[in-house]
Amino acid sequence: MRLRHVVGAFPALFRVGLMEAFAYRAEFFVWMLTTTMPLVMMALWTAVAAEAPFQGFGPGDFVAYYLAALIVRTLTSCWLVWEINQQVRMGYLSMMLLRPIHPIFFYAAEHLAAVPMRAAVAVPVALILLITSSHGHVVTDPVLIAVLPVAIAGAWFITFFSMMIIGSLAMMIDRSTTIWEVWFGVFALLSGYLVPIKLLPSWMGELARWLPFRYMLGYPVELLTGMTTRGAAFAELGIQWAMVVVLAFFGVRTWNAGVKRFEAFGN
Amino acid sequence: MRRYIYLVWIQLRASLAMAMQYRADFLVDGVISLWWMLWTLVPLAIVFGRQQAVAGWSFPEALVVAAWFTLLRGVIEGVVNPSLVAIADHIRMGTLDFVLVKPADAQFLVSTSKFAPWKVFDVVAAVAMAAIAFTRMGRAPAPIDIAASLVLLTAGVTILYSIWILAVSAAFWVVKLDNLAYLFSSIFDAARWPLDVFRGVWKILFTFVIPLGLMTTYPARALLGTLAPASAALAFGGALAFGALARFVWTRALANYTSASS
Repeated sequence: MRLRHVVGAFPALFRVGLMEAFAYRAEFFVWMLTTTMPLVMMALWTAVAAEAPFQGFGPGDFVAYYLAALIVRTLTSCWLVWEINQQVRMGYLSMMLLRPIHPIFFYAAEHLAAVPMRAAVAVPVALILLITSSHGHVVTDPVLIAVLPVAIAGAWFITFFSMMIIGSLAMMIDRSTTIWEVWFGVFALLSGYLVPIKLLPSWMGELARWLPFRYMLGYPVELLTGMTTRGAAFAELGIQWAMVVVLAFFGVRTWNAGVKRFEAFGN
Repeated sequence: MRRYIYLVWIQLRASLAMAMQYRADFLVDGVISLWWMLWTLVPLAIVFGRQQAVAGWSFPEALVVAAWFTLLRGVIEGVVNPSLVAIADHIRMGTLDFVLVKPADAQFLVSTSKFAPWKVFDVVAAVAMAAIAFTRMGRAPAPIDIAASLVLLTAGVTILYSIWILAVSAAFWVVKLDNLAYLFSSIFDAARWPLDVFRGVWKILFTFVIPLGLMTTYPARALLGTLAPASAALAFGGALAFGALARFVWTRALANYTSASS
């Protein structure tokens, strides 16, 4: 009964999200421009590798890597922490809680609806990547190309549920954006966003294998740039989706615990 | 003039009193400054772990640039950002009217309305980074170089502040701009690295259009004693011109303001 409600409401929620994304398109565009870090790091690393390849990475490798990072980041980014924090502070959350559908579905529909517009920006970047670096920088194995969308979807889910956990903390401690800031710092270091994981000291690379960050960005990026073999790709896909399940479980648990503690602000 | 100094003092005291209420933030901000400082060091350590120099910069020299970046970020988030974000709200809600009727310069009032004192930790972190860098080079900066870099620091802050005033002036026309703040801080992140790392269009962009180079690389070079006096003078002149432009645009924007809601 409840599931039928959700499935029935989802297309409508999705349409609302799509229209919202379109109505605030200028704002939306500015938000997308804030993803500049891959470009800055690309400029830095190509300068580093200009004279001699850096641990096997030439300038072309760095360009392909950071363009791929830009694509994955554009498709998987999420603003749930800010949204929940804002709703807690302004008291809008009370209204969300009154709706007959669990807010998680509402948030998910809203974020998924933004993906088409994000893709409209990411696809041209992908084309540039394909045209400029055709020799060996892009995955060509058809099996791995089929895995890629699943890996990007997994990255999206991990990002979404980890933001849901941190966002829900706002209901207990009033404001959790600072926790997010620290989380983002760890993410940037251990996901391959700042530096490709292969260039990190080996102990950091080993640590990254067992934390979710790598599966939010580094794994799909390595897949897209053809740095992964079939065997490794499937093994990591398994780890990634196991993490999705674990984070989804804790995401829902933290949210429900937060709602119990939550005392409405504002109204 | 004395009245304005007194006004700054009052607003500063109010911000301090506010900060004292959130004492836990003192600890949090301290830990976070330390964390970002270590974070900045990781890519530097990886790059220079293998290579002696990048684009003509050695490790300690690049560390001085990173120190200036940390210092300026502290200044933005502690002094410039908090009050200027509030202006956009004033414009949208129509409460800017209350500021305009006060008997003091409006630009002055809105720019000094709020401070975030705990960001002083970033300044401490920056000094620590510069100290590490100079210890590794085995020398201390010459007093004249310190003086030159401090002059360029004021130039850098002027440019930063002017960019902000320009952005806020835009708010008179486009009303909403919370994410412009976010956009700026993500672009400013590029200032973490020496300007010479960027080439072609990027270098032109970061020198003349969004002069990140003037904010961190030039003062760092002044401190290292490798900046030609002519470049320093040019940078300072550029900052003054930028400030004048910002003031001009602000007065024009204000003349355009027709008050919202009220």
